[in-house]
Amino acid sequence: MNQHSGTTAVPRPAVEVDEESAPFFDAAARGILMVQRCDDCRAWLAPVARLCTECLSESVSWTAASGRGSVHTFGIMHQIYHPGFESEIPYNIAVVELEEGPRLQTNIVGCANSDITVGMKVSVTFDKISDTVSIPKFAPA
Amino acid sequence: MSRDWMGDSLTLAARAVKLALEDAGLKKDDLDGLLVNAGVSGAGPRRDGNLSLNLQTTLGLRDLKLANHMNGAGSTAGQMVQYAALAIQAGICNVVACVFADAPLTPGQSAGAAYGSRGPARGIAALGTHYGFFGANASYALAARRHMALFGTTHDQLGAIAISNRKWAQMNPRALRRAPLTLEDYHRSRWICEPLHLLDCTLVNNGGVAVIVASPERAAGLKQPPVYVQGMGQGHPGNPRRAGYENEVNTGAAIAKAAAFKMAGVTNDDVDICELYDCYTYTTLVTLEDYGFCKKGEGGPFVADGRLEPGGPLPTNTGGGQLSGYYMWGMTPLSEAVIQTRGQAGERQVKKHDLVLVSTQGGVLDYHATLLLSPHKSL
Repeated sequence: MNQHSGTTAVPRPAVEVDEESAPFFDAAARGILMVQRCDDCRAWLAPVARLCTECLSESVSWTAASGRGSVHTFGIMHQIYHPGFESEIPYNIAVVELEEGPRLQTNIVGCANSDITVGMKVSVTFDKISDTVSIPKFAPA
Repeated sequence: MSRDWMGDSLTLAARAVKLALEDAGLKKDDLDGLLVNAGVSGAGPRRDGNLSLNLQTTLGLRDLKLANHMNGAGSTAGQMVQYAALAIQAGICNVVACVFADAPLTPGQSAGAAYGSRGPARGIAALGTHYGFFGANASYALAARRHMALFGTTHDQLGAIAISNRKWAQMNPRALRRAPLTLEDYHRSRWICEPLHLLDCTLVNNGGVAVIVASPERAAGLKQPPVYVQGMGQGHPGNPRRAGYENEVNTGAAIAKAAAFKMAGVTNDDVDICELYDCYTYTTLVTLEDYGFCKKGEGGPFVADGRLEPGGPLPTNTGGGQLSGYYMWGMTPLSEAVIQTRGQAGERQVKKHDLVLVSTQGGVLDYHATLLLSPHKSL
């Protein structure tokens, strides 16, 4: 399940936490998936929203999501664009629609690529790639 | 058009404008408007060779009344003609060159490297790259997958589009891929990002295309028969990226079409030829749905059985399109539409060419511009 167990010579592209994304990654390290939510109209928003796409409020807050969702669509990548994926092809890429509404890019773990289907129920799991960075991925629920 | 290096994109653009002027029987001093659209790259060893408004200086154009570097992604070609026409109608200028050029294939850089863009390394935005989302191939694969899941669209149906394009390309001396293509060849072509095979994806090449827009009065009596813009429109749906929206299976064509067809006073039955932005086989399929040639979700059965092929009832992408012809963004459908409308397509000329639909499409089904072209001043 963890694709970063040290067998890959070149790792996947790094993810650096910045000030804006710190709340997201702090929560991820604790096993919580955060998205953003409008403080005024309560619309659920994808990270990172500059302002609410519904009411244009600039008051949006990081909010814990359920972590449950379904596969909106997915693909299986065979082309290598970065050496970090050489040992992983073919690997899956997916868009998961959270129960709250926002759609997130992700990878599906915990099942074979050939078992992924559109509409499949999934829940979040975290891939710890460093002391500070855990990456949300989704596994069959 | 070539997969070889022919010069930087600024040089290619200058050559394209020169050829367009010669073709029209105009001199460069006749131009008083210039709209440019650079592709992804192509500066070459001189570093200053990317197409930009520097084209004015390169061509020695003076006292222009309209100049802009436009970027509506793949929809730009259609948009440039629209803004040129609007400016001319408003009396701002008289003769506008619209030019696209690109040279992504530099010695040592593949198409994948040129188009497989990488995101930033910091913050939330870095996640996409970490997950392995690269370039347009991934995004269009996800869109095609959604269509297949919702509507049962098949690889045989997508393959039918690739084959149709190749049949047309075999009659186009400018087309870069003309070898015969079978459905077996299509299925055997390697995966890029499932569900897309290599032969679902556009080729990539260097080149430049220019078209010149003028009023009917100014165009009368020039070297070439005029091509009249009978209708135009744009549609940019916006992708909220959350539940309740189906951007993967809907384009801006439906919005753009409404304005363009109303302006021209025509219906789908009046369209003789479709020249559609076909960066992927799937793009053709979903675009035909959104123009209303078939219902949403029925694009698969609609394109099977040779409907789009030479001799079929809806000749589409008659120069081979982007898949087999040449990849000049929206200038691919636009240039072939001009050739067909004039009746100058030689072996591949479609007999009835009174109304030609041009669709230019960009982003991931995000931006759309429509033109309706005709050899007739009034329909």
